Amino acid sequence: MTGPLERLGRWALERLTALGRANLFLLRLLGALGFLLRRPGLLVKQLYAVGVLSLPIILVSGLFVGMVLGLQGYANLVYFGATSSLGTVVALSLVRELGPVLTALLYAGRAGSALTAEIGLMKATEQLASMQMMAVDPFARVLAPRFLAGFVAVPLLTAIFTAVGILGGYLVAVVQLGVDGGAFWAQMQARVLLWEDIGNGVIVKSVVFALLANWIALFEGYEAHPTSEGVSLATTQTVVVTSLAVLGGDFLLTALMFGVW
Amino acid sequence: MRQKHLELLVGAFVALGLAAFLLLALKVSDIAHIGEDQGYRVTARFENIGGLKIRAPVTLGGVRIGRVVGINLDPNTFEALVTLSIEPQYDRLPSDSSASILTAGLLGEQYIGLEPGGMDDFLKNGGSLKLTQSALVLEKLIGRMFTNAAQGEAPAKTP
Amino acid sequence: MPSSALPSDVTPPCEGQLVTVRGLSFHRGERAIFREVDLDIPRGKVTAIMGPSGTGKTTLLRLLGGQIRPDAGLIEVDGLRVPELGRLELYQLRQRMGMLFQSGALFTDLNVFDNVAFPLREHTRLSENLIHTLVLMKLEAVGLRGARELMPAELSGGMARRVALARAIALDPMMVLYDEPFAGQDPISMGVLTQLIRTLNDALCLTSIIVSHDVKETAAIADYLYLLSDGQIVEHGTPAELGRSPSPWVDQFMHARPDGPMSFHYPAPAYESELLLRDAA
Repeated sequence: MTGPLERLGRWALERLTALGRANLFLLRLLGALGFLLRRPGLLVKQLYAVGVLSLPIILVSGLFVGMVLGLQGYANLVYFGATSSLGTVVALSLVRELGPVLTALLYAGRAGSALTAEIGLMKATEQLASMQMMAVDPFARVLAPRFLAGFVAVPLLTAIFTAVGILGGYLVAVVQLGVDGGAFWAQMQARVLLWEDIGNGVIVKSVVFALLANWIALFEGYEAHPTSEGVSLATTQTVVVTSLAVLGGDFLLTALMFGVW
Repeated sequence: MRQKHLELLVGAFVALGLAAFLLLALKVSDIAHIGEDQGYRVTARFENIGGLKIRAPVTLGGVRIGRVVGINLDPNTFEALVTLSIEPQYDRLPSDSSASILTAGLLGEQYIGLEPGGMDDFLKNGGSLKLTQSALVLEKLIGRMFTNAAQGEAPAKTP
Repeated sequence: MPSSALPSDVTPPCEGQLVTVRGLSFHRGERAIFREVDLDIPRGKVTAIMGPSGTGKTTLLRLLGGQIRPDAGLIEVDGLRVPELGRLELYQLRQRMGMLFQSGALFTDLNVFDNVAFPLREHTRLSENLIHTLVLMKLEAVGLRGARELMPAELSGGMARRVALARAIALDPMMVLYDEPFAGQDPISMGVLTQLIRTLNDALCLTSIIVSHDVKETAAIADYLYLLSDGQIVEHGTPAELGRSPSPWVDQFMHARPDGPMSFHYPAPAYESELLLRDAA
């Protein structure tokens, strides 16, 4: 009777201490950001690694998601003779939800897991410890640049994903299915609000997800067991935990936004 | 060389991201309508506003000239008090113009359509529209249809 | 090398104790890694700390470098009490220590040259020209000047360790800590490494602290040995003295005998009884 209860309690305590460590980690990370002002070159290199290299998957996925939205939206709206609203449907879906959420999930899979693996490997091969022994703070030299780069990259990628998605929707709706191009944009422009939709969706949500995705990726790598299984486990953890955090956070943010509205 | 190459790609990436933001802000959003709050305020009273919401368009002859900015209930007369914001360039609306709550399409959202009157003086900020037509409530229409049918008359077309 | 170029009345004399450890105690979980350990490490000499695997030799290096704090005891390096140092002072002390990790721990995204240049670029404001010269000098000392464009992935284990050594001495430290430098090396690499450790030590009044379980190689170059087992110093002395030690344990360790006080067999019930049980079933 007490066996499983005891285990549950221990598991809960472990989760709590991990959460505490994660927060201390974040504080240390933020404290080390000042160092980057003197060494912007480090930031550029990391922006390339997480931003530029994520572009292909973001562009292609954004395009396909937008095109699918166009197709699905058309298939349903045509029954009500309301295909002129297709632009609105595609744009609102992407701007409010799919843009920020899907970008964050794709980022976690591509860049987040790569970050975790890289940091975990540096830990396993004692590169971080040797850096410490050379009186260089790994937080400043290795972790902070990656964090800031990711934090900047995710909102940019979200904007790109959303824009490409809308263009993809346009391609399918107007070019392929014959929806009126003017109506597509005009209806969209009437209904998509600058601050409530684009501001909350593409900007606020993507910034929150950027924080979560990069924090989790770096933390998991830093805490990984210095073995090959440890690193492999940590990369899986990154993708799983980030996905849950993003989806859960999305619900909270959406609820907040509808409430505030 | 490699560093320069890197910097170029990163710069291109950031530029692409900012361009995407601009596209979204300018071509996708309603930024063109952002300045609408500079319009002048006019009120109108309705028995029933149906499904009218804040930000619903206000049109005249089908052209959008403003939007609904406030919906309140008058506690004394139990009428709905709707505040409209009309864009400043449309400042020659006759003071006896009427406002009706119409529906876009069959099942679409509701908006306010104005019909110009004939008076020489114009609506100003703080003015009110005296002639109004409330929204058509579907249940009442159906109820009326049934009463008409029960009375043996042919079902009336929706007015 | 800079320090030998200074006039002799400015160079600190190469004598005395560099590291003093008294009453060191350290636990990890419930296991006692160190129990009241005392050590003295003289300047300019090669001191080795040896013992079976898992006795906490690497932990000792971490304690010396201030990466972890002891539960109790004194750790003094060049007159400074390491566990009490603030972050800034600790970082300054570490710039005077070099450490060679077991795997070399080169930064995989930098080539050999940049790896060796790393401490110079991080801690000094020297011009790239000067750094270039210094790095080439360090690489020349370890015999790898020609390999400076290679990436760590392209190096053999022995070469990687030599590059790591060049990096460890980049800032001309007063001491170098070697964590299992001979583990898994072929005889030639081992020979190269031992020679390097010895020459660097003698040329620069460098204090070398080697942590190893490789008796033959370590005993060949060490000036003084400490034997660590079960959290305590079992014996210490010159290699010759330990080789003649009457203690059966030291004898087993120094002469690599398979059985002795450190039993060959893992504790188990009587052999015959286990075999018979099998047959009976």
